[in-house]
Amino acid sequence: MSTPAAQPDSTLLLGIASGGVVGSLGRYAVGMALPHPRGAFPWSTLVVNLTGALAMGLLVAFLVAKPGSHRLARPVIGVGVLGGWTTFSAFAVDAVTLLETGHGGEAGAYVLASFLGAVLAVWLGSAVGQRIWTAE
Amino acid sequence: MAALLVALGASVGAPLRYLINHCLRLRWDTTPTTGTLTVNVIGSFILGLLAGGAIDGNWMALVGTGFCGALTTFSTLALELQDAFTDERPRDAVTNVALSLVLGVGAAWLGWILTS
Repeated sequence: MSTPAAQPDSTLLLGIASGGVVGSLGRYAVGMALPHPRGAFPWSTLVVNLTGALAMGLLVAFLVAKPGSHRLARPVIGVGVLGGWTTFSAFAVDAVTLLETGHGGEAGAYVLASFLGAVLAVWLGSAVGQRIWTAE
Repeated sequence: MAALLVALGASVGAPLRYLINHCLRLRWDTTPTTGTLTVNVIGSFILGLLAGGAIDGNWMALVGTGFCGALTTFSTLALELQDAFTDERPRDAVTNVALSLVLGVGAAWLGWILTS
């Protein structure tokens, strides 16, 4: 399913911005709770990316099961909140940091866990969501 | 204070992601996957610049954690990969992973070496 093709009006952009603030503050809090020094395994980034992927699976299952959902639901939650909660930039810099500090094995494991884990998390979220919402 | 800067950065990064996606689609008729890749590469490069220069504190909160974090996304990327597998387009998924690693992590690395 693709992202919405809606014309970007101010309500939409304000909604996405608000969602992004909520998601990013959540990610910031996870980072504070699970800090990792340079070269240590970046658990906080992995946690937000995998849980965000799970939530994305649930969101898509919900929107497919409830086609009458509000037009802002997908952009505000999918692009804003979950886009703010998850991050590719921190993932990329984490991988480079692990490589640059001589932790090549951990870098490989981190990249594999992030991609494989996130795809499985979307699948799981979507399977659980389908069971919950299409059965109603 | 740092949390406020994260929020400020995110309030720009998140809608900018949507606008970049939208403009790419209008101008070049690109797929959403290209839009996701584009924002992820841009955000990774900027965060790489900050990390390589050992920028910390307020600037990292505003531009790194807030702006780059909200501009880039892993959840949409994962959804696109999962969709590709579900639609029996495994080659698209492999291409997307390869491009994300080469261009995304490559951009972070390039930014890093430019400032370190």
